[in-house]
Amino acid sequence: MTVLTTPRPRSRGSWLKHPLVLAAALLMVAPFLWMLLTSFKGLPQLLTDPLSILPQPWVFTNWADAWNALPFGRAYANSIYITVLVVAGTLLTTSMAAYGFARIPFKGSTVLFWVFLAMQMVPKQVTLVPFYFLMAKIGWVDSHLALIIPAIMVNPFGVFLARQFIASVPVELEEAAMIDGASRWRIYWTIILPAIRPGLGALGIIVALDAWNNFLLPLVLLNSTDLFTVPLLLSQFQGQFGGMNYGIVMAATALSTVPMLIAFVIGQRQIIESLATSGLGGR
Amino acid sequence: MTAAPLVAGGRPPARRGWRERDKYWGMAFVAPQALGMLLFTLLPFAAAFLLAFTEWNGFGMPEFIGFDNFADQLTSPLLGRAILNTMVIALVTVPIGLFLAIVAAVVLNKIRGRAFYLVLFFAPVVTSSVAIALIWQQLLRADGVLSGSLTRLFGIAPIDWLGDPILALLAVCLVTIWASLGLNVVIFMAGLQSISPSVMEAAAIDGAGPVARFFKIILPLLSPIVFYQSVVAFISSLQTFDLVFVLVNNAGPDNGTRTIVYHIYDLGFAKSQFGLSSAASIVLLGLTLVITAIQFGAQKKFVHYES
Repeated sequence: MTVLTTPRPRSRGSWLKHPLVLAAALLMVAPFLWMLLTSFKGLPQLLTDPLSILPQPWVFTNWADAWNALPFGRAYANSIYITVLVVAGTLLTTSMAAYGFARIPFKGSTVLFWVFLAMQMVPKQVTLVPFYFLMAKIGWVDSHLALIIPAIMVNPFGVFLARQFIASVPVELEEAAMIDGASRWRIYWTIILPAIRPGLGALGIIVALDAWNNFLLPLVLLNSTDLFTVPLLLSQFQGQFGGMNYGIVMAATALSTVPMLIAFVIGQRQIIESLATSGLGGR
Repeated sequence: MTAAPLVAGGRPPARRGWRERDKYWGMAFVAPQALGMLLFTLLPFAAAFLLAFTEWNGFGMPEFIGFDNFADQLTSPLLGRAILNTMVIALVTVPIGLFLAIVAAVVLNKIRGRAFYLVLFFAPVVTSSVAIALIWQQLLRADGVLSGSLTRLFGIAPIDWLGDPILALLAVCLVTIWASLGLNVVIFMAGLQSISPSVMEAAAIDGAGPVARFFKIILPLLSPIVFYQSVVAFISSLQTFDLVFVLVNNAGPDNGTRTIVYHIYDLGFAKSQFGLSSAASIVLLGLTLVITAIQFGAQKKFVHYES
């Protein structure tokens, strides 16, 4: 499936559509542009002339003030390492489980797979309170482990998606390896994993976005500012400068979004295709 | 969905005991996820049902009180308000959001430079909900750019979007549609590309105009994907939390934007009424299941499957 590349004949009337599409697209990014412009506006301008588009004068200290107000560097480090671990771990465990479900019959396998499908329907918020106390019992409240280990070990959607990918790998490849005496692990590692690499890349992007943008769990589980992830730290700005000087709030928001938007533009093709794939359940 | 058969197992070499040992491999491969499922999902899931029948402030032993929590919650005006708000968000954002996305997908599918446009449409999808909420909080202020532009253009008094219960709920709907549009567009574009061009050409030769083609061909052929996306979008709007928590500052004026998940969070983590909170979360589960069942019932009537 290629959303971006399939050539299409240029339709008649596209000269008429272009300005409309361009206007719609600009409307979509206008909030980001307003965020950037506001992040360079000073307090006097925000108070006296909040509707002017361009900063007058340009105030460059907002960004530094925002960066220094709360430990942004620390939050970035936290978010990056949590996301990397969650993605790597999830890809490993979900592809392993998917291989087990797809290709190795054992008693109860079908029932177990249906449990995975059924629990995928249950909203995470339903188990939020007991999950919190389970983490408290293990001693993982106010610890990144609570955001990493459960995320790695439960991802029914990932198992489902990876199983769809494995279903398209020819069984004959495995049989040939078995006759050569390869173990199941060797087959998984040297045949299955390379064969489903594009699919796993897509799954990895989805898992990364979820891990990076997750808000409710860090909000409930983390107390120390030093442990905060980027979205959780950003949410602290709501109270801090809530009143008038929202130039600083927009600078903080820009600090947390601009690097992500740049990463998105660089990897746009991969990211958009991945979400299209997963949105269709791996079809 | 073209789900493969559950076990498409290879024929293992006919060696004695091989199959016996192989099944342990199967269990070992599934073990990490199965263990996680048991520990981090099934166990808390069962505990949520048990806690819903207790009174508990987080310390000491939960006290069994039967159906009192449910009696309390099902007659609670707060939960009633939360369910109403959540349903409004779902019923406004899903149809409008999906319709806009289909139109955008049909238009974008045919023009040059769609990769460029897609990036612009898609930017909110990769942005965290907290950032989205903070940006829109500034746009929607009484002295913000939206209200100010309306004043300048039409001379109406400044509107404090987030200060009024009904306007705040509409604002949540607006931002939800804006934030999810790009994802739906991309998914519908992928679906459109599975429609064979010859079908469209045949219709055009038969004299079907763009509007007729949209309703008679594109929509029916897309309907399985529209159905799937409407289920996904509906379930995710039932879980609205981040936006109302940051954008409207908790439940908003007069609980105007209290959602079910906000209600669960509020009872549990702000008020330490964990039994009540669990009962409310069981209500969320029930609502999710009922609505999904209704959608699957409606599917038979409206969804066109090629076969």
